[in-house]
Amino acid sequence: MYRYDDFDRTLLAERVKEFRGQVARRLSGELTEDEFKSLRLMNGVYLQLHAYMLRIAIPYGTLSSAQLRRLAYVARTYDRGYGHFTTRQNIQFNWIKLAQLPDAMADLAEAGLHGLQTSGNCVRNITTDQWAGVAPDEIEDPRPWAELIRQHVTLHPEFSFLPRKFKIAVGAAAHDRAALRIHDLALRLHRNGAGEEGFEVMVGGGLGRTPFIAKTIKPFLPKRDVLSYIEAVLRLYNQYGRRDNIYKARIKILVHDKGAEQFAKEVEAEWQSIKDGMLALDQAVFDDIATRFVYPAYETLADDPPELKAALGDPRFATWHGNAVNRHKRPGYAIVTLSLKPIGKPTGDCTADQMDQIADIADRYSFGEIRVGHEQNLVLPHVAQRDLPDLWRALDAAGVATPNVNQISDIIACPGLDYCSLANARAIPVAQNIAKRFSDPKLSQSLGRLHINISGCINACGHHHVGHIGILGVEKNGEEFYQITIGGRADEGAELGTLIGPAVPYAEVADVVEDIAEAYLSLRERPDELFIETFRRVGVEPFKERVYATR
Amino acid sequence: MTSPLQQKIRITGPSVVTANRLRDGAVVYRTAAGEWTTDIGKAAVVSTATEATELLAGAKNDGTRAVDVYIAPVKVDRDGVVPGNLRELIRLRGPTIDLPVTFGV
Repeated sequence: MYRYDDFDRTLLAERVKEFRGQVARRLSGELTEDEFKSLRLMNGVYLQLHAYMLRIAIPYGTLSSAQLRRLAYVARTYDRGYGHFTTRQNIQFNWIKLAQLPDAMADLAEAGLHGLQTSGNCVRNITTDQWAGVAPDEIEDPRPWAELIRQHVTLHPEFSFLPRKFKIAVGAAAHDRAALRIHDLALRLHRNGAGEEGFEVMVGGGLGRTPFIAKTIKPFLPKRDVLSYIEAVLRLYNQYGRRDNIYKARIKILVHDKGAEQFAKEVEAEWQSIKDGMLALDQAVFDDIATRFVYPAYETLADDPPELKAALGDPRFATWHGNAVNRHKRPGYAIVTLSLKPIGKPTGDCTADQMDQIADIADRYSFGEIRVGHEQNLVLPHVAQRDLPDLWRALDAAGVATPNVNQISDIIACPGLDYCSLANARAIPVAQNIAKRFSDPKLSQSLGRLHINISGCINACGHHHVGHIGILGVEKNGEEFYQITIGGRADEGAELGTLIGPAVPYAEVADVVEDIAEAYLSLRERPDELFIETFRRVGVEPFKERVYATR
Repeated sequence: MTSPLQQKIRITGPSVVTANRLRDGAVVYRTAAGEWTTDIGKAAVVSTATEATELLAGAKNDGTRAVDVYIAPVKVDRDGVVPGNLRELIRLRGPTIDLPVTFGV
């Protein structure tokens, strides 16, 4: 857990005071909407279909139980009793009133929560692996690096008016759980041939109307140079990124137009001129940040304790355990994923009551810490394995123990046309229809790891391009249609999906997904060949034939 | 450069002027009296570009009460005025899904 200091608290308090004044001037008419819009966006306030929406950052996906309780309080006091976890480790409240926003922000700030840089053409919330610090396959906890970068870019005057938004993710594990290669800039901590630790730097990833997988422009960057190199990338983007066309303004277009090799050369030249200056890593500063990530006082425990072995005799518990529980860095502990995808409910939504329950559960079983993942689920990162049976009962009572993590009903979906002013089509009810179609746990389990991503418009907040099955809502003559892609992936082997054919109407989407699932079951060579592996082996054609044979 | 208020407006059928209320973002419609209402049945319905331009101009000059002002299609039938497309229907009636809780609704 990261501990805030007086500087952090003062910054947030001052920002709330400033925003309170801006809202008062807007309501009195002293500020026009044109003048006010950029100010509210800088604080994460959007205007959506029905109301204002407040987006709150959860830096590197780490929340304390006290913070989650505060989110519950804000949901009840200023919104409609629930929040929506997004694909970028943020939470959104959808019904908030402008006149009440300063009070809501003040309440959030007391808990170290805010909407700074969750919107606008700046460096957005820095995201990372939701298993950071506890994953058995990581080199070290990437969050201090994410925090170092966050501190450097927050309110950085040179990077507050970039050509367009800029998303950074940091990972440090062999398996990419942070969707690194779909970010504007991503850092992957690894060891080189000499055993030294440094970052692979990837740039130019992003989805939207022109999707790209990020290119590696620096295979190995020493840790001491992380800030100066990011600064060089941002400077180049700030100077050459297009400001004349919003659709071509992201860094992915610049990298594509220049070519990754040329872009890398220009970054290198800029970086050489600043790398030994004030941005070279100050080890004392980094150490101070790192020491503010406080780890629990773990007990010395052994894996697979008798309490766990006995409980595995219960088939319901065993199913959940096999799906939601993962090995931890420390023996005797486990990482537990809480599904926010109960069958038939909105994906990623969490009620205030659930937030309070999960906070209590985290205090009891996870040293008061909760993580938020880009898959729109929550994680308890420090659970003693002996407590898993009791934890399961508590999570089940809270409605967050559906054993569907990474399965076909664990769908990533944006808010879509039910909430979003940019959307062309709905996403949530499509997800609900698919989840209901595959509600049989045995069927879902037999399909194995299968990720569905749904976006309600080309902006791709649901990351549809990188879903194993991707679904994009479009509008045709006033009707909702959906384009289907297959074969995308967001992990270390990131790829964009392939369109299978003409868009299908709303009512047929679940049928199409069922056709694809059936095709996979008949095509796979063995039960443990994953959907994505079958796709790689056979390509798009057999799926296409199955879906369009009768359409 | 042409001001947005001077731009030509094309409408293809009965239309209303809609916006979000400044204080709370609620969906509102412009009335013939130059007020805002949450009741689409009380909205001024226009059917020519000239009428729409006039209604829109008045609405856009009312920036301390409503924001994000635009013209939206409607249908007028025996039940009165109803939204002309899914987006506007959702704006009027709310999400098409059951909300997780009904707290405060």
